[in-house]
Amino acid sequence: MCTQKIATTFGNRKKSTMPKLQELQDIVQQTRRDILRMVHKVNSGHPGGSLGCTEFMVALYNEIMELKDGFDMNGIGEDLFFLSNGHISPLFYSVLARKGYFPISELNTFRLINSRLQGHPATHEGLPGIRVASGSLGQGMSVAIGAALAKKLNQDKHLVYSLHGDGELQEGQNWEAIMYAAANKVDNLISTVDHNGQQIDGPTNKVLPMGDLAEKFRVFGWDVLEVKQGNDLKSVIDGLKEAKSRTGKGKPVCIIMDTIMGHGVDFMMYTHAWHGKAPNDDQLENALSQNPETLGDY
Amino acid sequence: MKKYIDQGKNDTRSGYGAGMTELGRSNPNVVALCADLVGSLKIEKFIEENPDRFFQIGIAEANMMGIAAGLTIGGKIPFTGTFANFSTGRVYDQIRQSIAYSDKNVKICASHAGLTLGEDGATHQILEDIGLMKMLPGMTVINTCDYNQTKAATLAIADHHGPVYLRFGRPKVANFTPVDQKFEIGKAILLNEGKDVTIVATGHLVWEALIAAENLEKEGISAEVINIHTIKPLDEAAVLKSVKKTGCIVTAEEHNYLGGLGESISGMLATQHPTPQEFVATKDTFGESGTPEQLMEKYGLNDKAIVKAVQRVLTRK
Repeated sequence: MCTQKIATTFGNRKKSTMPKLQELQDIVQQTRRDILRMVHKVNSGHPGGSLGCTEFMVALYNEIMELKDGFDMNGIGEDLFFLSNGHISPLFYSVLARKGYFPISELNTFRLINSRLQGHPATHEGLPGIRVASGSLGQGMSVAIGAALAKKLNQDKHLVYSLHGDGELQEGQNWEAIMYAAANKVDNLISTVDHNGQQIDGPTNKVLPMGDLAEKFRVFGWDVLEVKQGNDLKSVIDGLKEAKSRTGKGKPVCIIMDTIMGHGVDFMMYTHAWHGKAPNDDQLENALSQNPETLGDY
Repeated sequence: MKKYIDQGKNDTRSGYGAGMTELGRSNPNVVALCADLVGSLKIEKFIEENPDRFFQIGIAEANMMGIAAGLTIGGKIPFTGTFANFSTGRVYDQIRQSIAYSDKNVKICASHAGLTLGEDGATHQILEDIGLMKMLPGMTVINTCDYNQTKAATLAIADHHGPVYLRFGRPKVANFTPVDQKFEIGKAILLNEGKDVTIVATGHLVWEALIAAENLEKEGISAEVINIHTIKPLDEAAVLKSVKKTGCIVTAEEHNYLGGLGESISGMLATQHPTPQEFVATKDTFGESGTPEQLMEKYGLNDKAIVKAVQRVLTRK
């Protein structure tokens, strides 16, 4: 339904297929500004996890994934990404818009009535780049597995990526999916866990300790690698490249990625307080001053 | 009055299995998923002929619904199979978010619906599934009445884009619809014309409605019988046309009266053509163990219950 709009904006995408690290860093910084301004404007949304996963998602879309021009739901002949922890939608929307999936100005409509940028990602309004609704937690890995199985049936060698919150792994459906993917050798799937140790009610270790997540994935039969500095762009890129090299070897691949919720804004870091809270005017000014404009605000 | 002949008792789930076998041969995009109930869903032949297009998920229905949603991304047409209880209530949020809200082309195929599951008892006898599924925007809800119709419906939903809930059952029941009858989603089938009362039935209750109509005729009551296999979208025109002639209606289904076919019809009639109505359905209760026949008798879901409901509704005309 939105192909015309995409066609006009996708011209910019080819230029940035091989950006240098500094160019990616500029996107990261601008994306952080987008996230902060989006949630501030509507006084709602989830800045903490969005800021924590910014390096990951910027790297994924701008350096790692093989993407076609334009958007079609089936995504045959390109890599796919599924965001399971849908509440970090501000990050997802900013990355998609700046990649050219829809006009950057549309970030102005986040969470407003009649917008395609719903509080949590949805396909219902036809926003290009989104392939399934998420927000009710724990469902994304199953969907990613299904898409990966479809790729195998279609003899499409491209990969499927997914992102999950660590708190989200408290949902039982994940473990059904984790068991299934290993047992059925879904080795064209790379699932990343945003290991920030925080959830709405507090640190995951207080709310419901989950033990050694890497080991849990391992004993379920996954190939696991750990990225210890999930807010360092180079570490994230190296980790994703390493994960990519481990696909096609009979095991699904998991990245346990340590991040800091609220990264890039000093007063939002090391706490769960900003999981689902927007900054006020003064806080926004402070936060933006820590992340100067790089590519131009929307 | 038209006579319907039982071509030989068979189960509706075998109709599903036969439909899947045919789809396996005719539509390369159709894939089947099952949560450890292959034998119950009668899909052994599909699996034998299309091993690459079958996914054994194990006892993990939530995962099955998500995987089905994902398989559509890539152009597949997934048919999920398990009991009706595990196809709906157990996985409601997965269906709601990953399938219905996301407009995924998944066919949720559910066997062992209702009381006729029998001896396993109320833990497995879902009587709320039609309501759960019809409340989801964009979901098509179908409840077939016999082997032939279930097979035809299985073929038809593969050609329909969008999420579908296809509900069928466990026991062997009369197989009376024509073997070559094309299944049209959303189109009611007029089985018998009558002038005194309209009986609209779905699923296993359609055959009971035909028996009831025969017995009513002996009492001099002319009953119009409609087989309404699609509960959503409802064939409003067919129901309206009939009640404008007869002036009263009985709805019959193997489901709670809350949320079922009868409720859909009463809601439609209330706004378009208020009509006296009686409900043959369970009355906001769970089921229990017993044989299918015993249960249908005890919970008032057979031909006798339909006759009584007709007698009641005639006094209210």
